[in-house]
Amino acid sequence: MTAGRARDERRLALWLCAPATLVMIAVTGWPILYSVLLSLQRADLRFPQDQAWIGLSNYTTVLSSPHWWTAFGVTALITVVSVAIELVLGMLVALVMFRTLVGRGLVRTVVLVPYGIVTVAAAYGWKYAWTPGTGWLANLLPAGQAPLTGQWSSIAIIILAEVWKTTPFMALLLMTGLALVPEELLRAAAMDGANRRQRFTKIVLPLMKPAILVALLFRTLDAFRIFDNVYVLTDGAHDTASVSITAYHNLIGGLNLGIGSTMSVLILISVAIIAFVFIRVFGAAAPR
Amino acid sequence: MIRTVTAALLAGAVAGCGSTEDGITRINLYNAPQQNIQLIADRCNRLAAGRYRIIVNVLPRDANGQREQLVRRLAAGDPGLDVLGLDVTWTAELAEAGWIREWTGSHAERARAGTLAKPLDTAVWRGRLYAAPYNTNVQLLWYRADLVERAPVTWQGIMEAAERLAAAGKPAYGEVPGAQYEGLAVWLNSMVAAAGGSILTPDGNAVALGPPALRALGVMRAYARSKAADPSLSNTHEDEARLAVEAGRAAFEVNWPYVYASMAANRPDLLPHFRWSAYPGIDGPGRPPLGGANFAISRYSEHPREAFEAALCLRDPESQRLAAIKDGLPPTIEAVYADPELAQVYPMRQAILDALETAAPRPKTPVYQNVSTVIAAVLSPPAEIDPPVTLAALRRQISDALQSKGVLP
Repeated sequence: MTAGRARDERRLALWLCAPATLVMIAVTGWPILYSVLLSLQRADLRFPQDQAWIGLSNYTTVLSSPHWWTAFGVTALITVVSVAIELVLGMLVALVMFRTLVGRGLVRTVVLVPYGIVTVAAAYGWKYAWTPGTGWLANLLPAGQAPLTGQWSSIAIIILAEVWKTTPFMALLLMTGLALVPEELLRAAAMDGANRRQRFTKIVLPLMKPAILVALLFRTLDAFRIFDNVYVLTDGAHDTASVSITAYHNLIGGLNLGIGSTMSVLILISVAIIAFVFIRVFGAAAPR
Repeated sequence: MIRTVTAALLAGAVAGCGSTEDGITRINLYNAPQQNIQLIADRCNRLAAGRYRIIVNVLPRDANGQREQLVRRLAAGDPGLDVLGLDVTWTAELAEAGWIREWTGSHAERARAGTLAKPLDTAVWRGRLYAAPYNTNVQLLWYRADLVERAPVTWQGIMEAAERLAAAGKPAYGEVPGAQYEGLAVWLNSMVAAAGGSILTPDGNAVALGPPALRALGVMRAYARSKAADPSLSNTHEDEARLAVEAGRAAFEVNWPYVYASMAANRPDLLPHFRWSAYPGIDGPGRPPLGGANFAISRYSEHPREAFEAALCLRDPESQRLAAIKDGLPPTIEAVYADPELAQVYPMRQAILDALETAAPRPKTPVYQNVSTVIAAVLSPPAEIDPPVTLAALRRQISDALQSKGVLP
């Protein structure tokens, strides 16, 4: 009787899930498959009659292109540096938010403001701020400096915009981790003579590991796909294109669906590898 | 004012659909920003007497943004576009993709009648007419007559004059667009043409380059390392070139005629000394870059007959006269140059007409965007050009671009 009911419930559950699953397959599965199919063809909107299956030759083209590897390097650099800074800053902010006694709601709200601003709007703010003549930040620099016209200075500004924007998100995720650390454990450790630093490294960090892992994973995947900040700030000029920007330039600017889709598939593969590495290498305490 | 607001409201209400309750067919024009285009459209709407009404839609300011919006909507088969204002370099691309209609019969005859040969040729792809020329543009050599008595004829001449000026402690730079953008490809194109060659073969299917290109690259390198080169050459676009001369830092610039009106507005004191001459060459007179815009009709327009009519009106002699006088756009119909009012705005109009005889059109190919991008990337910065090595890189990368194998940065 109960077994039969459980089975019925399970069947009902599957039926109830089915529409959502089908929609998910339609809206995510098909575009992915379609990109893979396009990446195996010469599919250039400017030569519609020359469309043909060409195997993996788009992959050879992209992977042997210096532009692709420059973009890859720039993306990796932006990802690593910005996520590292965000982790440290986010942890500090999380501690402040968690420990604040007065005006806790206000502190949390204020910290989250940058995350609530549309990225593109914020990016335009940064762009004008760094434009000589109009910008308050550019005016702090020695005269004649145009930081958005150099490669390294542009990358630094992109990283700054990313960090400013997403540190609150990092802090929010880390704060949920802090809430997992039982207060009595910290008190017991204090009783046993552990100082602040020891309590943080020996108790708080290990217990927070799942939360840190999730935060890092989310942010790394996000940062690797960086698009809007770069699009607004430099649009990839002076060798500052990220892989997503390069894919966009080839797809929309170049109208080359084959090459653009190949890049999209490569980005998907990179993201999958990042996720895999995170789970495998750091993931002993991954939430299951 | 009220009319503008109404027009804006109408544009918002009807963008995407052909006609409304008053039964007048709406023709959506998508054009680069041009201050008085509404004035020109209003005149055509009056002349149309209810057969159609042109709705002006403004594209982004930069050429890449314009092209991107157009191709994105055309690729999606958007029926909300009727008349398209195209840069002269996009004809082949949109025609080959099947997104713009061929001009035939009486429409084609009217588009051809009285139109200057070089601008007309930019609207032709594989022998068929795909657009009606609207305005043209051509670069000239501009110089300060208080610094040099006679305009140099060749790049070598500018370098020598700059040497003398620099030795005398006077402004010496000769500004050229040397930043990593389309301007650099435009410069190469004119240089190769001046050396007697071309970047692509005439059919646009293969790379030509060869010895003329080697010679051109040698001159470009020498120029970028000469006293004529502004230290910020590798960051100079048309506008920085204009500003350098207006600021009194430079003695020469190669640029479009808009610099004359700008000089008149910004530095009236320098204007009496500000002269023009033919675009410089290598052995003799050069082959100036050719620009401009044409009107094409979208394949997905639901009212092609009215769209062709509207496009023809928007570029008829009176429209071109208005565009030239109000917005400083050089006409493509030769007769318009004879208008006395034009002489005031364009004292250099004979020089423009002469330059249009020898202008070097840019390579005709559906992948012009890629070709121009890789040329700019390979040549930047111009002082680092190593002719044989650079030539080999150009040949390889342009050839890849022609086979859809080019990767854009």
